[in-house]
Amino acid sequence: MREVAIIGAGSTKFGELWEKSFRDISVEAGLRAIGDAGISGEEIDALYGGNMSAGRFIEQEHIGALIADYAGLTGLHIPATRVEAACASGALALHLAVLSVASGWYDFVIAAGVEKMTDVDSDIADDLLASSVDREWEAICGATLPSLFAQMARAHMERYHTTSEQMAKVAAKNHANAIHNPYAQFRRAISAEAVLNSPLVADPLHMLDCSSIADGAAAVVLCAADKAKAYTDSPVYVKASAQASDTISLHDRRDVTAMDATIFASKKAYQTASLEPSQIDVAEVHDSYTIAEILAIEDLGFFNKGEGGIATGEGQTEIGGRIAINPSGGLKACGHPLGATGIRQAVEITQQLRGEAGKRQVPNAEVGLTHNIGGTGGTAIVHIFTS
Amino acid sequence: MVSTAKFWREQASRYNLEGTHCLTCGSYFFPPRIVCPKCRRDGNIERYQFKGTGDVVTYTTVYQAPQNPNRQTPYTLATIKLDEGPRLLSEVICEPEEIGTGMRVRSVFRKIGEEGARGMIYYGTKFVLA
Ligand SMILES: [Zn+2]
Repeated sequence: MREVAIIGAGSTKFGELWEKSFRDISVEAGLRAIGDAGISGEEIDALYGGNMSAGRFIEQEHIGALIADYAGLTGLHIPATRVEAACASGALALHLAVLSVASGWYDFVIAAGVEKMTDVDSDIADDLLASSVDREWEAICGATLPSLFAQMARAHMERYHTTSEQMAKVAAKNHANAIHNPYAQFRRAISAEAVLNSPLVADPLHMLDCSSIADGAAAVVLCAADKAKAYTDSPVYVKASAQASDTISLHDRRDVTAMDATIFASKKAYQTASLEPSQIDVAEVHDSYTIAEILAIEDLGFFNKGEGGIATGEGQTEIGGRIAINPSGGLKACGHPLGATGIRQAVEITQQLRGEAGKRQVPNAEVGLTHNIGGTGGTAIVHIFTS
Repeated sequence: MVSTAKFWREQASRYNLEGTHCLTCGSYFFPPRIVCPKCRRDGNIERYQFKGTGDVVTYTTVYQAPQNPNRQTPYTLATIKLDEGPRLLSEVICEPEEIGTGMRVRSVFRKIGEEGARGMIYYGTKFVLA
C-alpha cells in the first residue's frame, strides 16, 4: 500500500443556493479543488462522487458521468463513480478514492461530495432524511430522523445526567466558530438560551439542536504521497481511512447511547495511523444533531463515555480547548447537504493542517480527524490526517 | 404513504407482531429475520408470534414531522424491549407526560393509516401503557 496525500481542496458556499443547479455546484467545487492542486485535467485518473439521493431530490441518477461531463472531462473518458451511504456518502467517496490511490491502481483521483436539497419542499426533504434509517420498521412506524436522535438524547440524559444546556452549548460553540467560515450557511452567533427557547422538534431536541437542509458541494484531489511535493509545499497526508457498519435500525443497537460503527471505525483508524485519540489536535465530527456531537466525542475516544456533555459545558471542545471540535461550524452551522458533508470536513481539516483557516485556525494543528455517519449510525467513516 | 403491496407483504408482522425465533440459539427477532446473526448458516428459524408485552427503553414526543394525514403531531414514540428480547419502535398512545423509561407497555391493534377517502385502510400494532 502506498501513502496518499491531499494536494488540493475546495468547496462551494453551503446554503439555499436557488440560483445554482446540481451540476453548477459540483463543477464549482471540483474546479476549486483542481485549481488549488494546480494539476491539469489530463492528469486525473478517476473521480468518486458521494451523493445520497439525487434520484429523489432532483430526479437525476447517473451522477458520476454527469459530473465528469460538466467538469469538462468527457474527452478523457475517465472512470466516474457515484457512491452512496446516506449522510456518509461524502466520506465514502473519499474512502474509496484513498483505496484506489493506495493500491497503486490510480495516481491522481478526485473525491467529491454533492447534494442539492432545496429543489424540493422541506417536507419532502425531511421525509427523504428518513430513508437513511429503516423505512419499513422505523419511518413507517412514525420515526423521523430527529425523533431517533431525540431518543438517544433522552437515554444519554437519564443515564449520564447530560443536560439540554450542554447540548445547546454544542450549537452555540459551532455557530460561534462558523462566524469565521466564509463557506458556512449560518455565520451568526446563537446563544445556548436561544437554542433552548426554540420550538421542540422531538423532545428533548429543539429546532436549533438540528442541522439544516442545504445545497453544497466539496472536492479534494488525492495523489500518491511521493508525488505530492511536486504540486504543493504543504501536502496533507491521509494516515487512516476506516469504514464500519451497524444495524440500520436504532432499536436493534447494543446501546442507544453509543454508536458502535463509530467505535469500530475509529479504533481501526487509530491502529492504522499508530496514533491515540489524545494525539488528535482538531476534529470535524458529525453533529447533525447536538446530541450526535456529544456521542461522537465519546465514541471517538476523546472523552470517557458519559462525559461528553460535561466536557462541552466546560469549553473543552472549543478552539483553544483540550481538543477543537468542529472549528468550521460543523454540520450545525455550515449546513448539511448530505453527500457533501464528508468531503467538506476533509476540506476543513486540510485548511487547518496547512495553517490556512484564518480566524478559526486551531493553534499548532498537526493531526486532524474527520467523522461522518449515515442515518443514526448504520455507517461510520473515520479519516486521520497529518501535515 | 406505503404502497398496498409493500404493506400486504408485511401484514402478518404488522397485524399480529409475528417475528421469528432461532431454535439453535434461542434468539427472537422482530421484524422477522431469515438469517440469525449469531448462528448464520447453522440457524434454524421458525415463525413466532410475540406476546406483545415489554418495557420502554427510551422515548420521545414528536412535535414536528413531515405532513402525514394519518398521524397528527404531537405523538409519542418509544423504543420498546419485548419480553422475549428483541426491541422495536412503536407509537405509544398516551399523553406526552404519562410515559417514562422502564414503564410496562402492551400492544394493541389500531388503524395506522388509509390511502385517500375510498382507499385501503391499514391496520397494525401500536402500544399503550400497561
Ligand atoms: Zn441463532
